[in-house]
Amino acid sequence: MPDAIKTLSSQLAQDPDSLVFLRLGELLRQKGQLDTAHRVALTGLERHPHLPDAHDLYARILADKHDYERAFDEWDMALRIAPDHVGALKGLAFLYFKVGDVQQAAAHLEAAQRAAPDDPGVAQALAMARGGGPGGGGAEAGAGGRGTEPLTEPEPIAPAAQPLEEARVFAGLEGAQEGLLLLDASGRVLGGALKDPTGQDVTDAVAAYLAGVSQEAARTVKLLGLGRWTGLAAEGTLGHVHLAPPTSDALLLVVRDRAVPMGRLAIIAQRAALAARRWLEAHA
Amino acid sequence: MTAPAAAYGKALDLITRVRGVRGAMLVSAEDGIVVAEQLMEGIKGPAVSALAASLATRLRRAMEAAGVGASLFWHLQAEQGALLVVPTPAGTLVVAVAEPDVNVGLVRLELLRAAEVVG
Repeated sequence: MPDAIKTLSSQLAQDPDSLVFLRLGELLRQKGQLDTAHRVALTGLERHPHLPDAHDLYARILADKHDYERAFDEWDMALRIAPDHVGALKGLAFLYFKVGDVQQAAAHLEAAQRAAPDDPGVAQALAMARGGGPGGGGAEAGAGGRGTEPLTEPEPIAPAAQPLEEARVFAGLEGAQEGLLLLDASGRVLGGALKDPTGQDVTDAVAAYLAGVSQEAARTVKLLGLGRWTGLAAEGTLGHVHLAPPTSDALLLVVRDRAVPMGRLAIIAQRAALAARRWLEAHA
Repeated sequence: MTAPAAAYGKALDLITRVRGVRGAMLVSAEDGIVVAEQLMEGIKGPAVSALAASLATRLRRAMEAAGVGASLFWHLQAEQGALLVVPTPAGTLVVAVAEPDVNVGLVRLELLRAAEVVG
């Protein structure tokens, strides 16, 4: 394999526009050289931003680095470019498994199976998703990996797939304890936490100011005849915030620094709102 | 408010000429009173301005407490439209009411330009 890496590296150096970066990046990933793989994939992606395989490769590397949020975005992007991309469908299924959304995982695996009916990994993962078969790691291996090769080190499915049993509403989401907050209508903190850029916990102060915001937003859009409010994005001098109503009497707040674009923040908020809604339903 | 009244109309023109914008207002952030408006018929300016100002105050306080600094722009999204707001340093809110498919980036730019005019 080192020879193959050397050969592919040499080919890529000779022709930086070639698609050989896909094989090189994957080999490096399989060897666990994630930082190098990351650089190769990113450079390739910059040269081929509309290539779904490039997004897929990058997502796999991100997932191996446990950066699931960005991996989700990359697989999502791959699917936008190529809706039947099997790698992306399997990757997203893997991530849905990780957050406990077995239904969505199965839906993605079914789509992957339609696109690649002979893929044994998909069939195996789908069987796990539908039947909740014994043993850990099988569905993850089929969903996120290539063939029977696990995407990451084997992890048992059950604990990761049942976040509703956990006390923390945003378990598994990036920034769960520093940039995500779930409040009830009166501003009571239901989950998550918030820290300011100095690391100080500001959860309660922010929650107090946000009490009643959901109702006020609802009143404003009602007055304007705009239907239901779906979100409030705000740009600050040092960071961005996004508010969303996961249910009519709850409010979700996502805070990130200015490096995170508003559009990406909205995607993060959508995902967190989904987790919050499930958690609220489970704890109703 | 530092600009002459004639500048208000000019500032609102910048916003309302954007396709999909149903109206624009200048609102006193402190008390929610309409300073100037160009709204399509049926939009209740005084009520909307009061609620927008209240929302802006809560948001400003929450953002400052969260350490993300002063609010530069916010965008209340709804199923059938949006409210877009830029607060000015002098305490005026530049507000746009828009259709759901409006170009938010363009409205934001015009709101910021209008905010410079208004001061």
